[in-house]
Amino acid sequence: MADTSQTLRETPLHALHVELGGKMVPFAGYDMPVQYPAGILKEHLHTREKAGLFDVSHMGQRFLVGPDHETTARALERVTPGDFLTLRHGRMRYSLLLNESGGIVDDLMVTRSPSPADDGALGLIVNASGRGIDDDFIRARLPANVKLVTADDRGLLALQGPRAQAVLETHCPKAAGLSFMTATGAEFDGIDCAVSRSGYTGEDGFEISMPAEHAETVARTLLRHPDVMPIGLGARDSLRLEAGLCLYGHDIDETTDPVSADLVWTIAKRRKMDRDFPAAGKIMDLIFNGAATKRVGIRPDGRAPAREGCAIADKAGRVIGRITSGGFGPSLNAPVAQGYVETGFAGDGGEIDLMVRGKAMAARVVPMPFVPHRYRRAI
Amino acid sequence: MSETRFTEQHEWVRVEDGEATVGITKFAAEQLGDVVFVELPETGRKIGAGGEAAVVESVKAASEVYAPVGGEVTSANAALADDPATVNADPEGEGWFFKLKLADAGEFAKLMTKDQYDAFVKGL
Repeated sequence: MADTSQTLRETPLHALHVELGGKMVPFAGYDMPVQYPAGILKEHLHTREKAGLFDVSHMGQRFLVGPDHETTARALERVTPGDFLTLRHGRMRYSLLLNESGGIVDDLMVTRSPSPADDGALGLIVNASGRGIDDDFIRARLPANVKLVTADDRGLLALQGPRAQAVLETHCPKAAGLSFMTATGAEFDGIDCAVSRSGYTGEDGFEISMPAEHAETVARTLLRHPDVMPIGLGARDSLRLEAGLCLYGHDIDETTDPVSADLVWTIAKRRKMDRDFPAAGKIMDLIFNGAATKRVGIRPDGRAPAREGCAIADKAGRVIGRITSGGFGPSLNAPVAQGYVETGFAGDGGEIDLMVRGKAMAARVVPMPFVPHRYRRAI
Repeated sequence: MSETRFTEQHEWVRVEDGEATVGITKFAAEQLGDVVFVELPETGRKIGAGGEAAVVESVKAASEVYAPVGGEVTSANAALADDPATVNADPEGEGWFFKLKLADAGEFAKLMTKDQYDAFVKGL
């Protein structure tokens, strides 16, 4: 969590956040806007209805650089369960950094450039909290001919929502040609950027990486569109929670594994066959024999939100798990949560109690996402 | 004749004919952001001054609301269950939380006046 005893870092958009009236809070070592004057509810709903602009420059942009694609992909596969050998040009993939006991060190996005001239390099985006930690972890496990290079001189913006394409293509026509989880180099009004069709809200949208000195220009240009509103960390969290996505350090961490976290889909078939990912023996055993606990979606019956740390009990009052992130879902106009429960209680529709301020509040295990994803997938 | 006083925890309390109405201040409502849920005390409950009386939840977090003065709860603002956003729209009016039968007028006199509270907020 944030350490206020140290000077907080600022993203290239810090002055703009302040100018826009952002309420600044410490987050993962950065001074970030939790909301703007519109407030979390309006920001959240606007993103689902039109388009929201997020400053995600606090996230770590890195490159893994080796002599050729195979060498770099195999180096990344030492620390992840994904298949990067067959990752095609211009494609990206969500993955997990796993330690030797199968714990999740971080979650990350991995991108292969569309240009064969860039082969040997893979782009990584890691959590702000994972900067440094991930760098040390990855570097300690790399072969000598593959290097991890940080790109901290870059800004990163996310434009999310059903109007994102219409807005972005007026400045960056190439963006319209992307489908979900693909990326390209592109110009935004003449500025060299890397654009991908991705995000963490469950909506269609884009992430745009650019040299830090151009971040404010790109942000101001996008904010001039009437459909675009600046969105703070508060709505970013409620949007990703409704989308059923994990927040590192809350829903997943080094004490959770991909099976209990319900992220088995991140383990590629080839990696399962070859059993060559970190803690493969342990994780394959969990896949075949089941994990003790499982991450599930939870809808409280009433209006009271159940927050992180809240105990989950069965109807007899025995504690069977804990909420890992919970709050209010503005699009559902109801509280939502994620948490881990004993696997026997993980089935959809299961009736549970949430212990909120000492009282048992009835709730139900439900499938995620809570709000359907609206990604623009390739046809 | 009514008078309103304030606490350092950002509650307001207005006393009229021995009945105290309690809510959270405009400053508190702004700090919390969009209120999405309010838990209110049951009628008849006796609460001491400074005791936990209610809970207000924004999208981000839950906060306790304390009774600025002690007494027995005479009513709670049921309208907040359906429309918790009233707390943001009119925190020191329609967004009141609960009413108490004031047990000790001396407790009320010890609280901050409006001017004192405004100065207190300015110093935060």
